[in-house]
Amino acid sequence: MIEIQNVSKWYGSFQVLTDCTTRVDKGEVVVVCGPSGSGKSTLIKCVNALEPFQKGSVVVDGIAVEDPKTNLPKLRSRVGMVFQHFELFPHMTITDNLAIAQVKVLGRSRDEAVERGLKLLDRVGLKAHAAKFPGQLSGGQQQRVAIARALAMDPICMLFDEPTSALDPEMINEVLDVMVQLAQEGMTMMCVTHEMGFARKVANRVIFMDRGAIVEDAAKEEFFGQPRSERAQTFLAKILNH
Amino acid sequence: MSDFDFSVIAANWAFLAEGLRYTLQVTVTAMVGGILIGTLLALMRLGSITPLRWFAIGYVNVFRSVPLVQVILAFYLILPLVLQMITGKPTPIGAANSAYFTFTIFEAAYYSEIMRSGIQSIPKGQIAAGYALGFTYGQTMRHVVLPQAFRNMLPVLLTQTIILFQDISLVYAIGATDFFGAADKITQRDLRPVEMYTTVAVVYFIICFLLSRLVKRLQTRIAIIR
Repeated sequence: MIEIQNVSKWYGSFQVLTDCTTRVDKGEVVVVCGPSGSGKSTLIKCVNALEPFQKGSVVVDGIAVEDPKTNLPKLRSRVGMVFQHFELFPHMTITDNLAIAQVKVLGRSRDEAVERGLKLLDRVGLKAHAAKFPGQLSGGQQQRVAIARALAMDPICMLFDEPTSALDPEMINEVLDVMVQLAQEGMTMMCVTHEMGFARKVANRVIFMDRGAIVEDAAKEEFFGQPRSERAQTFLAKILNH
Repeated sequence: MSDFDFSVIAANWAFLAEGLRYTLQVTVTAMVGGILIGTLLALMRLGSITPLRWFAIGYVNVFRSVPLVQVILAFYLILPLVLQMITGKPTPIGAANSAYFTFTIFEAAYYSEIMRSGIQSIPKGQIAAGYALGFTYGQTMRHVVLPQAFRNMLPVLLTQTIILFQDISLVYAIGATDFFGAADKITQRDLRPVEMYTTVAVVYFIICFLLSRLVKRLQTRIAIIR
């Protein structure tokens, strides 16, 4: 589904990604973790070309992202993305947030789009808030709306870029619950997150990044049981021990 | 001449009202047209197409560096010549009409700077979210960035419009009859400058005061939405 091959990226002379290679197969849940500044977010944004890269290749569902002939808007409309800061559109109601891209990008009728949106809103437990504006919801609620908004496009896979790291602790679980449910339904997911409980529960593989490189790419059991690299070991020891 | 005689106002009210109507018409035209062109200029300036960016930078710098009176005069003189080159026959458009054009073009430079800072105030993540949903650049601007930028900048845009409303009095330079110009012409005939200019000042004050109250109210309302 997603194939990342030898991707390197520079900001000027500073290299942010070094020769990253990995893949996410259909139905797989892959968690990407690592210390801040390790390039996790940059890597996941390369998948739907929100970040350009200078070397290597990213292929999503058979389509090369870096190919100048690729219709990026069309490709992105098939890849759902959830951001750290939710990024709901503050000037629109929740209903409009859910419907607008369905209407403008997929060409659905407004009624159809609203119906689909409200169904997903119900699924994340927020149907009562349809007429509100994002600013009237809590962070956790906004993030659940953001997930519903991405799902409304019927994506072939979902990208999560630190979806819980801007949330108050008591709101993290309501978002993780939605993500776990999604994973159990077989959605292909690539998640940048530090929620190791989530990784333990649903991940197939865990990728550990440090200084722009993929240091470890292992099955979940192997990663938590016995990480090969020393850096992954220290990282895990630090975040799991309290 | 020691007594004030405000009957000069009542006697010439129709002429003054006609001038005020013209002032308001030019204000609204230049506001709407100026914001539209200004928004386009702001997008050019922030965009990645170098010639368009240079054009927008040049446009804004030229119009912000030349006194408005001079621009009014220049357009009044040049516009008929340009039209003649295009149509091939003399095309007098008159002072009153040329002002609509001049103010729209001139104000666009100022509105574009306001819209530019409005667009830049929108978090990058909003643009990324638009793209991630499959929006094109145009759709992201139209549905995500510009509505928010416009809303954030509405008080500043209206403040600029208040300045525009007052600046229209400068059309006296080409002999057009706006509100101030009407008062000026009556004064030269009836010789009641104190009564006339006081009345004009009061009317300007009332309209501008009401507009700035509106700006204040909008500011608090927008604060709630955010």
